[in-house]
Amino acid sequence: MRDGTPTTGDAVTCTGLRYSFGQTRAVDGVDLTVTAGEVFGLLGPNGAGKTTAIRCVTTLLPVPSGMVRVFGHDAATEKMAVRRLLGYVPQQLSADASLTGRENVSLFARVFDVPRRERAGRVGQALEAVGLADAADRMAGTYSGGMVRRLELAQALVSAPRLLMLDEPTIGLDPIARTSVWEHIMAVRAATGMTVLVTTHYMDEAEQYCDRVALMHKGRVRALGTPERLIADLRERRGDGSVPTLEDVFRDVAGSGLDEEGGEFRDVRRTRNTASRVG
Amino acid sequence: MSAAPATPPPASADSTGAGGLDLLLVPPRARTGWRVLPARVAAMCVVELQKLRHDRTELYTRAIQPALWLLIFGETFTRIKLIPSDGIPYLDYLAPGIIAQSTMFIAIFYGIQIIWERDSGVLTKLLVTPTPRAALVTGKAFAAGVKAMIQAVVVMVIAALLGVSMTWNPLRLAGVIVAVLLGSAFFSCLSVTIAGIVLTRDRLMGIGQAITMPLFFASNALYPTTAMPAWLQYVSAVNPLSYQVDALRGLLLGVPSHLPLDFAVLFAATAIGITAASVLLGRLAR
Repeated sequence: MRDGTPTTGDAVTCTGLRYSFGQTRAVDGVDLTVTAGEVFGLLGPNGAGKTTAIRCVTTLLPVPSGMVRVFGHDAATEKMAVRRLLGYVPQQLSADASLTGRENVSLFARVFDVPRRERAGRVGQALEAVGLADAADRMAGTYSGGMVRRLELAQALVSAPRLLMLDEPTIGLDPIARTSVWEHIMAVRAATGMTVLVTTHYMDEAEQYCDRVALMHKGRVRALGTPERLIADLRERRGDGSVPTLEDVFRDVAGSGLDEEGGEFRDVRRTRNTASRVG
Repeated sequence: MSAAPATPPPASADSTGAGGLDLLLVPPRARTGWRVLPARVAAMCVVELQKLRHDRTELYTRAIQPALWLLIFGETFTRIKLIPSDGIPYLDYLAPGIIAQSTMFIAIFYGIQIIWERDSGVLTKLLVTPTPRAALVTGKAFAAGVKAMIQAVVVMVIAALLGVSMTWNPLRLAGVIVAVLLGSAFFSCLSVTIAGIVLTRDRLMGIGQAITMPLFFASNALYPTTAMPAWLQYVSAVNPLSYQVDALRGLLLGVPSHLPLDFAVLFAATAIGITAASVLLGRLAR
């Protein structure tokens, strides 16, 4: 492969992943495999354990039980090797408002060891790829929510990651900005062939953009497959000829009481904060 | 379906409609070993300088307090000659103390910036880069030192304008830079450590306010330790600020000091601070 590191065909493998915050089991035995090159969606309501699972893959959280591998590297013991393969966009809007767009991307070029002679070129291409070339020298604080998301995408892309991880990339954005963010993700992915692992609770986005999805509820994966397959399965099970949506599939596997589980107060607050910053 | 391209497409291949992406197909070669730390420190310092270039307000407002200390407190006490000052004018004696104090004040609130970066996701993202936590903390500590250095220069200019005669020996000035950087690194790590324990801005603000004045008064910044009651002398002896002031005084004014001990204490304190802050940084990541 590109730099001679040992790889397997799978971008991410989780086996028996568990994670608890005190008494709460946020992730309760997750097994899943993300194949190299696909767009994989991790779906579920607030508090389903998506973000915790993603944070274990990014090495932000330890892996107390089970095994997580990224292109063959163990996330518990080979943290630096895993991080070099990752481009991560967290749920919060994480661009530094007191720097320009270009400076925001340059920082990530520096911490990923992009040599000085390549830096300007790479940063320029990353900004170009997300359609921010013209706004690059404005302060990020003046960007709209959708632009900040695209800037974060550029920050993640500048190190040529093999796995792009996006945690709720379109949360709080208006429909036009949502589409724009997704279009840039898909264009970059088509150009680079990178694997994309995305969490979202927008089922329509998952249906439209993901090759495969895993439906998570209460820390467990309840269903896994292509959106078409999952929908076709439910249609077969129902047998009444109506065409279900991915949301119906989700209701089916998660059972009733979904709206009462709407995540902890903290999750909701964080979501609202992000939404209000996106404006 | 898209297969991973084996070779970068030619620059003319305009697949996204937004220019070539050829540079973004190859991961940069990783720095390894000892080269990682200086690279990360440089990256953090560059960010700090860029921020200061965009917004200089802090530089100006931060200059007010030390100017008042030198102008009002310093001038007054020079005149009434109440404080023993090793045979030099009190204003001269005070100037290194105010350099140390004002840079400490900046560093001690650095944790607030870290908490802000954690709340805004900036820190989270940095923690997913190939940057060991200790390197990240060291980088941040010296980035805080960038601000402190500028502050030190400002205070030295004010002191020079008030007639304090300081050294221009480049070696001694290099020593001053090291002393300011180390002191600032220690206090910013102390701040990040407290941030890692209390986790919120408000609590850190309160603790910062509560400890800055005691650290200042329980040091030799305003008066020699010999003028202190015995119990305060013990506090001063474990206060890194005292060693920083002693070093600055010795270097800038040429008065008798304990430079080897001062620098040994500052290096050790910085090492302990970086270790403690690195361990507690993980709590901020959760």
